[in-house]
Amino acid sequence: MTETRRGRLLAGVLPGVPQLLEGRWGAGLFALVAWALGLWTLLVRWERVSGLPYESPGEWVALAALVAAILGPWLWSVRGGRLRAAERGDGQWALTLRAFGRNRLALAGMVAIGLFYMVAVLTPFLAPYDPVHQGDLASQRFLGPSAAHPLGTDQFARDVLSRLLYGARVSLSIGFIAVGISVTLGTLIGAVAGYLGGRTDSVIMRFVDMVIAFPRLVLLITVIALFEPSIFLIVAVLGLTQWPYVSRIVRGEVLSLREREFVQAARALGYSRRRVILRHIVPNAMAPVIVAATLGIGNTIVLEAGLSFLGLGIQPPDPSWGSMVENGRDVLLRAWWISTFPGLAIVLTVLSFNLVGDGLRDALDPRQAGRR
Amino acid sequence: MTRYLARRLLGAIPLVLGVATILFFIVNLAPGDPALVYARPGMDAATMEQIRANFGLDRPIHVRYGRWLASLARGDLGYSFARNRPVTELIAEILPNTLILAGVAFGIAFLVGIVLGVIQAVRQYSALDSILSVLALFFYSMPSFWLALMMILVFSLFARNVWEWPIWFPASGMTSIDYEFLGGWERLADRARHLFLPAMSLALVLSAGIARYMRASMLEVIRQDYIRTARAKGLPARSVVFKHALRNALIPVATLLGLYLPFLFSGTVFIETVFSWPGMGKLVVDAINQRDYPVVLGGSLIFATMVVVGNLLADILYAVIDPRVRYD
Repeated sequence: MTETRRGRLLAGVLPGVPQLLEGRWGAGLFALVAWALGLWTLLVRWERVSGLPYESPGEWVALAALVAAILGPWLWSVRGGRLRAAERGDGQWALTLRAFGRNRLALAGMVAIGLFYMVAVLTPFLAPYDPVHQGDLASQRFLGPSAAHPLGTDQFARDVLSRLLYGARVSLSIGFIAVGISVTLGTLIGAVAGYLGGRTDSVIMRFVDMVIAFPRLVLLITVIALFEPSIFLIVAVLGLTQWPYVSRIVRGEVLSLREREFVQAARALGYSRRRVILRHIVPNAMAPVIVAATLGIGNTIVLEAGLSFLGLGIQPPDPSWGSMVENGRDVLLRAWWISTFPGLAIVLTVLSFNLVGDGLRDALDPRQAGRR
Repeated sequence: MTRYLARRLLGAIPLVLGVATILFFIVNLAPGDPALVYARPGMDAATMEQIRANFGLDRPIHVRYGRWLASLARGDLGYSFARNRPVTELIAEILPNTLILAGVAFGIAFLVGIVLGVIQAVRQYSALDSILSVLALFFYSMPSFWLALMMILVFSLFARNVWEWPIWFPASGMTSIDYEFLGGWERLADRARHLFLPAMSLALVLSAGIARYMRASMLEVIRQDYIRTARAKGLPARSVVFKHALRNALIPVATLLGLYLPFLFSGTVFIETVFSWPGMGKLVVDAINQRDYPVVLGGSLIFATMVVVGNLLADILYAVIDPRVRYD
């Protein structure tokens, strides 16, 4: 009893710490850091928080995120900080969650991703300067990292840190949306092909082979070069060129699921094809898809950065990590920081997604059970 | 075996044809009028119509598609607007540059990747294994164009201008300006120096993936009974690892040859752009900036064909080295 009360008291002052002490450092660390970041933003950046005009939806989202970042971890921690599904049950997801929780690297990646997204959402409060505002060219450009400009300024005297923060919103959301499109499409098409078999299957799979045989980047730059580059086109093209990879995975799963008893039972009960596919086949084929999606987000972020680097992605002056790297390319020797930091941001983000993807794969693969 | 080869070869043809079809329709359904390239101020509508008719652009799309396929079959990829030369000629001249870069990078990538993967598997769960794993994942997560810029920054710019190292590497082109005046061996050294940074940038990212794969494959093999038998009968560890395990662990890695080709070619697009390497990737990127569609189309087609052919070779290689593969 005293133990819990002390835990609650501690949680009231420093959310997440009791969980850290319990050894659940993934959830605990995330709660603590998210809360600290929220509080720091509120206190140190109070002028920005109170001074924003709150006209664009982004600013309202930032405010909502700020409130959530401060209250969420606190409430969660004070109320005992349990993830119910992980505690009880021995279903697939509970087992997976527990296996994932034991993988420290994967948890670190998860925490990092959570923080990247938080920072991206809170950017209106955090960014010290306007990302497209050009300072005094004579005195403010090519400034090295300093207290006023932690990551320096570029050739147009813009603050690299502010651009990096605003660029994060583009990179992180494009990755998510594009992978969402490709996973939805790929799962459905793959499941239909695998379940129906026969001619449908071979037609779809030949098409899939064809798209996969194509170097994806070349296809992307061909399409984007022919149409006007815009953020919608990029998201659409990135999403629409990735689904064949997902389809191939799903089809493989479905081919073996199709013969299993529970699917035969569903069929014997007279359920429609649609119902069998959507309710019985797809949920059971999701495990490898989730892994592929997580790794796919990292991949997509790299690809988007690459397209922006070639001038085919986000158009200037809007910041994106890829175009920032390109910006610094001709002035590497004079101002190495312009290219270096955005690239580092890409690497860290993608690394986090890959760590989580690897962790999920290990956690979801029953053959891996018991190892490590 | 012969039948298997024949079937795979026949299967590759519709694949290339399909890719060509997709490309044709993307280019032709895209907005914009290619005849506008020839538009001049003060030209009247009738002249524009004549230009369209000259290029066959007034025909319906299925007729254009048929004619395009026919010329493709003759090896005619059209005419570059920007360079005023047949696309086939242009590509024939430039393709070897890309093949050199890609070939050397692929070689280095597999060599480094396999060696690192074996070291990790043999020393599983050691500190070295963890360090190499994280390092491999770090490079695996890296955009190749950024790695290329960082290589230039360190090994070319800083090494030469700031730290004044005795060895630095050139950051662009295939040869130095004074290449023509060099002797035979010096020419080779000059080319190797220019090849070093682009090949390494390309290879490091690829080798990270190969090392991850090799480690898993080697671990799978090391657990098997015949390895335990080999150890039990007292064979030295070195011979068990290299003679018994490595050979079988390399089989699945052979499939990576085919799987990594699209990545390799995607990589060359960036690397060639960064290093001004006169290859296919740079050709296509330049063509896009110049709106030179025949070159874009031809270049993409060649890339896709190389991937299909590479996959075919990898499959055949796989069938040759793994007798367990059934050919039916």
